[in-house]
Amino acid sequence: MDNIIRRRTPGARLLRAGLYALLLVMALVYLLPLVVMVLTSLKPLEEIRAGGLLSLPDSLTLAAWLKAWGTACTGMRCEGLSGYFMNSVSIVIPAVAISTLVGALNGYALTKWRFRGANLCFAMLLFGCFIPFQVVLMPMAQTLGWLGLASSTSGLVLVHVVYGIAFTTLFFRNYYVSVPDEMISAAKLDGAGFFRIFWRILLPVSGPIITVSVIWQFTQIWNDFLFGVAFAGFDSQPVTVALNNLVNTSTGVKEYNVDMAGAMIAALPTLVVYVLAGKYFVRGLTAGSVKG
Amino acid sequence: MSALEIRNVRKTFGTTEVLKDISLAIDSGEFLILVGPSGCGKSTLMNAIAGLEPVTAGEMLIGGEDVTWRTPAERDIAMVFQSYALYPSMTVRQNIVFGLEVRKVPKAEREEAVARVAELLQITPLLDRKPSQLSGGQRQRVAMGRALAREPQIYLFDEPLSNLDAKLRVEMRTEIKKLHQRLGTTIVYVTHDQIEAMTLADRIAVMRDGRILQLGTPDEVYNDPADIFVAGFMGSPSMNFIRATLAGQPGSYRLSVDVGGEQPLVLPWPAERETPALVRHVGEPVTLGLRPEHFSEEDARLGDRIEGTLLNTTTTVVEPTGADLLLRVALGESEITVRLGPKSRAVPGEPIALRVDMSRAVLFEPETESRLA
Amino acid sequence: MSQTDSPPRRGANAGRHSLSGTLERVLPRLVVAPSFAVALFFVYGYMIWTFVLSLTGSRMLPQYDFVGFEQYARLFANERWNVAATNLVIFGGLFIVICLILGLVLAILLDQRIRQEGVLRTIYLYPMALSLIVTGVVWRWILNPGLGIQSLVRGWGFEDFTFDWLVDPDMAIYALVIAAVWQASGFVMALFLAGLRSIDDSLFKAAALDGASLPRVYWRIVIPCLRPVVFSAVMILAHIAIKSFDLVMALTGGGPGYATDLPATFMYAHTFTRGQIGLGSASAIMMLCGVLAILVPYLYSELRGSKHG
Repeated sequence: MDNIIRRRTPGARLLRAGLYALLLVMALVYLLPLVVMVLTSLKPLEEIRAGGLLSLPDSLTLAAWLKAWGTACTGMRCEGLSGYFMNSVSIVIPAVAISTLVGALNGYALTKWRFRGANLCFAMLLFGCFIPFQVVLMPMAQTLGWLGLASSTSGLVLVHVVYGIAFTTLFFRNYYVSVPDEMISAAKLDGAGFFRIFWRILLPVSGPIITVSVIWQFTQIWNDFLFGVAFAGFDSQPVTVALNNLVNTSTGVKEYNVDMAGAMIAALPTLVVYVLAGKYFVRGLTAGSVKG
Repeated sequence: MSALEIRNVRKTFGTTEVLKDISLAIDSGEFLILVGPSGCGKSTLMNAIAGLEPVTAGEMLIGGEDVTWRTPAERDIAMVFQSYALYPSMTVRQNIVFGLEVRKVPKAEREEAVARVAELLQITPLLDRKPSQLSGGQRQRVAMGRALAREPQIYLFDEPLSNLDAKLRVEMRTEIKKLHQRLGTTIVYVTHDQIEAMTLADRIAVMRDGRILQLGTPDEVYNDPADIFVAGFMGSPSMNFIRATLAGQPGSYRLSVDVGGEQPLVLPWPAERETPALVRHVGEPVTLGLRPEHFSEEDARLGDRIEGTLLNTTTTVVEPTGADLLLRVALGESEITVRLGPKSRAVPGEPIALRVDMSRAVLFEPETESRLA
Repeated sequence: MSQTDSPPRRGANAGRHSLSGTLERVLPRLVVAPSFAVALFFVYGYMIWTFVLSLTGSRMLPQYDFVGFEQYARLFANERWNVAATNLVIFGGLFIVICLILGLVLAILLDQRIRQEGVLRTIYLYPMALSLIVTGVVWRWILNPGLGIQSLVRGWGFEDFTFDWLVDPDMAIYALVIAAVWQASGFVMALFLAGLRSIDDSLFKAAALDGASLPRVYWRIVIPCLRPVVFSAVMILAHIAIKSFDLVMALTGGGPGYATDLPATFMYAHTFTRGQIGLGSASAIMMLCGVLAILVPYLYSELRGSKHG
C-alpha cells in the first residue's frame, strides 16, 4: 500500500474502525479450533461431558496429554503416540535431508549448466508435483515389497524422497535462476569446476531457499497420511496414522480430551516450525505460484 | 605472434546466426574495443573468447595455442563483468584470491598478489568487507582487482562501466586507461558506448548483426568510416546524412543539395578526396555525410574568415551544452545538426549563415550504404 | 547463457575437449540423471503400471488377465463412484470459490496499512501448517452435535438451534467444505497478498491523481492485475480438492454411509481394503485424467513464462 494522503473525515475513521473489527473477528474464527483443541485437551472428561465447548477448564490437568503420549489405545495396542511420534521423526529427518540435497544439486545443474534437454528434463520432473498420488499407490506397494522395504520406515523415507524431489528441485531451480549467471561464469574463469562452484559460490548464498525447502519438506512429510496408511506396518506408522487410529478406536469410553491432546501432539512440531519460521513457510507455499 | 587470434568464428542459436564469420587478431598489449548496438553479437563474441559459449565453427588461438575447445578455466583469461559478479558470501580479499586458490598458488604468493592489486586499485581498506558493503564504484574496483590478481594473458571487460553513474563512469574510464598504459596488458573490451570506445581503444571493432563492419584505430573509425552505419554510430551528436546529387568530372566533382529554393546548394568535392569509384555515380543520388563540427558560423563580429561554401539557412532549435552550442538548422525539407562555439549568438527562428568544411566530408552510396569517397 | 546451445556436432568435437572439459560437459547431466530416472520410473512408469492394472480383473492381488475397459464400465455404473464424483464437484467447487473470495477479501483488507499485520497474517495462515488429519479430528469435535457448536449455542438458550451437518447424509459434504476452507483460505490470502504487494505502487498514485475512489481502484485496476494469481490459486486448490483424502478419513471416514466419499477415498477403499485392485486402479486413472485436464494449460503457461523469465 501507498502513503497517499486520504481524507480523514469521521466517516473514514468509522470505516477504519470497522475494518479492524472485521479483521479481529476473522482472526478469532481462525483461532477457534486451536483454542478448542487446547482447552479440551486440558479438561477432565466429566467437564467435557457437561458441555461448554469454549468454557475454561475448572481444573487444569495434563492427564489427557500423558495418556495420549503414553497409554492411549491406537487400534489393538495401548502404548500411546510416543512410539509413532518417534517413527515420524526417524522418517522425516533422512527424507528431508536427502530430498533437499538432491533438489539443490538438480536446481544448480538445471540452471547454471544448461545442457540440451534441461528444460524438458525439468518439466518432466515438475510433473511429479502434480500427480494424484493415488495413481502410484499400488505399484509402489508392490515395489516396496520386492525391495524388502514394505512396512518399514526406510520404505517411507524412500517414498517421501522420490516424491519430494520434484518440489525441492522446483524451489532450488526458481531460486538459482535469479542468481546471476555472470557469477558462475566468473568462477569458471577463476578455474573452479562443477562441485567447487556449488560448494564455494552457490551454497553460501542458498540459506533462505534451503530453509524454505527444509520447512516445506518437513511439514509435508510430517503431515503425510496417505503414504503412511498405505505403506506402513504396525511398527512403522507415522504419528498421523496413529492419531487417526486413536480417534477411531471405539473400545471403551470416548475420551475427547485424549483425542485433542493427541491432535496437539501430532500438530505441535509443524506449528512450532510455522511460528518460528513463518516467513519461509509462506515462501515455500507461494514458490512458483506468484512470480517475483 | 598475436595474443589472441580468432579465425572464421561462427555461432548459431537454433536457426539464428549470432556470429557470422568473425576473424580478428589482437597484438600483445593491445586495447581492443568491440562496440555496437545491443544484439550485434559483441557479448556473444566475448563469451566465446572466454569459453563460456562454445562456437559453432571456427578457431580461436591464445598466444598461438589452439584453445577452441578448452574450458574457461584452461584458457588463462580473466573477465570483468557488467554486474561485477562478485561472490557475495566472500570478503573482498577472498574474492580476489579465489582464482589463485583454485589454481593452487602458494599462500605467500596469494598474499603478495592481494597486496599488490589492492594498492594498485586503492582498495586496501576494503579488503575485509563483503561486496554488499561496497558502493558501485568500489565493487567495480574489486572486480578489476579479481581479474588483475591472476595476471592472465588476456583481460576481457564486458561493459564494465555501464552500471555506474555518469561522473564515476568518466573517472573509472580514465583509471582503466591509466592501468592499461602502466601494465601493458592485452584487453578486449565490450561496450555500446561509442565515447568509451573512442577514448580507451587502441583499435575499435564496430559490430552489427554478427559481423565486424570496420576494424581500425579510433581516428580511422571516426574520420574514415567504412559505411553509413559506422559513420552514424560513432560520434555524438550523430553525423548528418544529406541527400545530394553528384555532378562534374574527375578533378572537379560537385554535389548539389536541394535546399528548397530555386537554386540548389552546390558544394565542390575536394580533389584530394576523390576516388575512382565516383565517376560511375555522376548524375546519380549519393548520401553526403557531414559531422556537426564540420560547420562553422559566418559572423562578421568574429572577425576571422573561414574557408568553405556559404550556406544561408534558419535556426530552429538551440541546445547549449555548456562547452558549445548544438543547433538544429533547416536544410530544405529536413534538418541538420550543427555544433558551434559557445560565443555564437544564434537565436531560434532567426536566419544564420554557415560555412561548410568539405575537407572531412564523406560520401556514401545510398542503396548499399557503403562508402564512395 | 540464455538459450541452450545449438546442436553442436558432438561427434566431431568430443575428441577435441581436454579430459576435464569433457567431464565438465557430462557432470551436470550425470547429477540430474538419477532424479530423472527416478521420475521416469516412479512417476511415469507407475502411471502406466496403474493403467495396465486398470485393464485387468485384479482383485486381492495384482494379476494380469486383461479384460479391456470393463473396469471402467463397472466404475461408471458404480453408485458409490458416482456419489464420490458428484461429491468432488460439489466439494471442489464450493471449496475453491469460497477460498478465493475469502482469501481475496482478507488480502485486500490486510493491505490497508494495518497495524499488527504480521500477527493477523500468521493467525490466518497457521491452519495450513497442520496435518489434515489434525484438522479433521478438531472439526469432528467442533461439529459434533452432542458436544460441539450445537450444544454450545443451545447452552446459550437457543434450544431449537440445530447444526448437525456431520451426521446428516445430505449435509455432511458441506461440513467437509467448512473444515477445508478453514485450512486453505489463509494460504489463498497469502497468495493474493503477495500478488497485491507486487503491483507497482505508482499505479495507486496515478489512480489517486485521477481522483478514483479506493474501491474503484481495486475493482477496476487491482483485481484485474491479480488474474495470474487467481489462475495459480485455482490450480492449486483444485489439485488439493482432487487429492483430498486425509480430511475425509479423519472427519467423516466417508460417512454417514458413503455420503462423503470422494474419488480419493473410493480408490483407497477399493484398492486396499475391498480387494478390488482393478476397479481401484481405474478410479486412480480417472483422478489422473481430472488433474491433467486442469494441469496441462497451467504447466503450459508456467513453462512459457519461465522461458521469458
